[in-house]
Amino acid sequence: MANATPSTALPEELAKFEAMADSWWDPEGKFKPLHQFNPERLRFIVRQAAARFGRDETADRPFEGLRLLDVGCGGGLLCEPLARLGFSVTGLDAAEKNIRIASLHAEKMGLAIDYRCDLVEKLAERGEQFDVVLTMEVVEHVDNVDLFLAACSHIVAPGGLLFGATMNRTLKSLAMAKIGAEYILRWLPRGTHDWRKFLKPSEFVGSLRASGLVVDTLKGMSFNPIAGTWSLTDDLSVNYLLSASRN
Amino acid sequence: MSSSTPLASSGATLTTDVLIIGGGLVGGTLGCALAQHGIGAVVVDRDSQDHLLEDDYDGRSSAIAGACQRILQVVGIWEHMKPDVQPILDIRVTDSDSPFYLHYDHQDVGEEMGWMASNRTIRRGIFARSAELPNLTMLAPVSLVSLERTQDGVTAVLSDGSTVRAALVVAADGRRSQVRQMAGISITTLPYHQSGIVMTVWHEKDHQGIAHERFLASGPFAILPLPGGHHSSLVWTEKDSLIDSLLSLSPQEFHAELISRFGSFLGEVKVVSKVFAYPLTLQFADRYIDRRLALVGDAAHGMHPVAGQGMNYGLRDVAALVEVLVNAKRLGVDLGSTAILTDYQRWRRPDNMLMLGMTDGIVRLFSNDIKPLRLARTLGLAAVNRLPKLKVFFMKHAMGDVGKLPRLMRGESC
Repeated sequence: MANATPSTALPEELAKFEAMADSWWDPEGKFKPLHQFNPERLRFIVRQAAARFGRDETADRPFEGLRLLDVGCGGGLLCEPLARLGFSVTGLDAAEKNIRIASLHAEKMGLAIDYRCDLVEKLAERGEQFDVVLTMEVVEHVDNVDLFLAACSHIVAPGGLLFGATMNRTLKSLAMAKIGAEYILRWLPRGTHDWRKFLKPSEFVGSLRASGLVVDTLKGMSFNPIAGTWSLTDDLSVNYLLSASRN
Repeated sequence: MSSSTPLASSGATLTTDVLIIGGGLVGGTLGCALAQHGIGAVVVDRDSQDHLLEDDYDGRSSAIAGACQRILQVVGIWEHMKPDVQPILDIRVTDSDSPFYLHYDHQDVGEEMGWMASNRTIRRGIFARSAELPNLTMLAPVSLVSLERTQDGVTAVLSDGSTVRAALVVAADGRRSQVRQMAGISITTLPYHQSGIVMTVWHEKDHQGIAHERFLASGPFAILPLPGGHHSSLVWTEKDSLIDSLLSLSPQEFHAELISRFGSFLGEVKVVSKVFAYPLTLQFADRYIDRRLALVGDAAHGMHPVAGQGMNYGLRDVAALVEVLVNAKRLGVDLGSTAILTDYQRWRRPDNMLMLGMTDGIVRLFSNDIKPLRLARTLGLAAVNRLPKLKVFFMKHAMGDVGKLPRLMRGESC
């Protein structure tokens, strides 16, 4: 991608996802862990958003009237549920094949989602604004994290929320999320993650703060291998997620 | 009474959230519960509602445990059946002619032990409730011609030529579940070589809300009180080899056999219904789920009726599945997704296996005439009777209050 402005998309990362794009919606496929923890991270998003915007979670389509942008939407695993909950959803991905797969799937599910193959910094340049911006399990795949997070922060409308999730850069995460998940359990294809690109919570929070956001919640996410379920914890050492707001 | 919904013209396509195959006590309750929580459902049954309510269709009655009554209450079915149910105030369990008996009194737990209702009463309640729910469609008499379950959804073609599309299909089509077979889910079956003979009797004296369960050498014999005071439902288990000869006896001879088991404590006794015989087997499905498919009730697990828990455990499945699906809907998650169905299986399968094991143990322990075992049983019954805490535990279990309870079973809406 030859651009005048510096791009946050990494060609080798894009190629990795293009190769796996067909299996986004296969619950037993390469993205199985995402399918498994999808309900738990959705619960986090729904709770925080309902509280922030004063919506009733038990209502039908509680988030009607709010605009949501999912940066690095992949196959649309978060876009679709959030569209069902009433958000008007825009899904953004730098990998063209992801956008094709996501659009096709949404059409089959009868969901209207605005999927775009574009970069978040381009949207920021154009001055677009969203009530909710998601960047879940994405920062570990981009180039120039600060630039990327600055763009994500700038498109959060005043009063809006940003949700972020990634993996911490600790010895435990190297053992579990990288070696364990990719090499031992084979949950993820080898080479899915580069541990050096994992982000410490302090780095994530610092970058958002520099762009004028306030981090409200920071939670860990842990897998219970006996129950086979993911849950929110206070242990940030491997997977974590956060919510931040623009006041 | 509402008759079956007239069908749309052939070739029509219906789109819903959940397609339920089998509109019996479990499938019908599930449909009402989902619809009440804003999840659309289509329930398909082979038989018309009028046929299902005929006297000769199903002569059985069901014991409804406290926790399951709460499900029917929350879902709005109980309201329609309330005039025709009998509370069980007391359960007396005896072993043959042993002088000891186990006495469960509702005063020990402070509420009714449960209720008795004819299956017809429950069905009538379900049909009445379903007519009040706009996002619930009952299709009958219609059968399933083909079922396609893909990564993207479920498509069913029905015998009237119509098509139903849904996110999830639920098999509530009983022990010989067609949907389970189509999905290639195997079952393990343990035959008891016993059959259950079921009938309704009239008796001279009032039963006063007392249920009796007798463990005779041939198998359990239960007398369950029905509304009005002078009718009871009998569940009489007998060895398979004796069933044919028993059913071919003259009415006088049959009556003599009945009285020798029933006794004279309620005065004169008369059989007032058709006599139904059901072979008893215990069976359990190896899995409760498959791609965009969940099994509930007898399609997943069939139990011996000794503990009166068949329908109750089916309703537990309903309560758990409704809770899991309502939670998923509130997260916007596809209702047929694997993560959601896995939660359901993880919740229900261990619980059902425990009950199957317990019931199986009771039947095998009691259905014999071996002297040392009978002595142990007699002493065991007397011992349980003298240990109030243990007794309350057994009672609570029979009433369905043990284990992680879904919200519906706690009497709460999801």
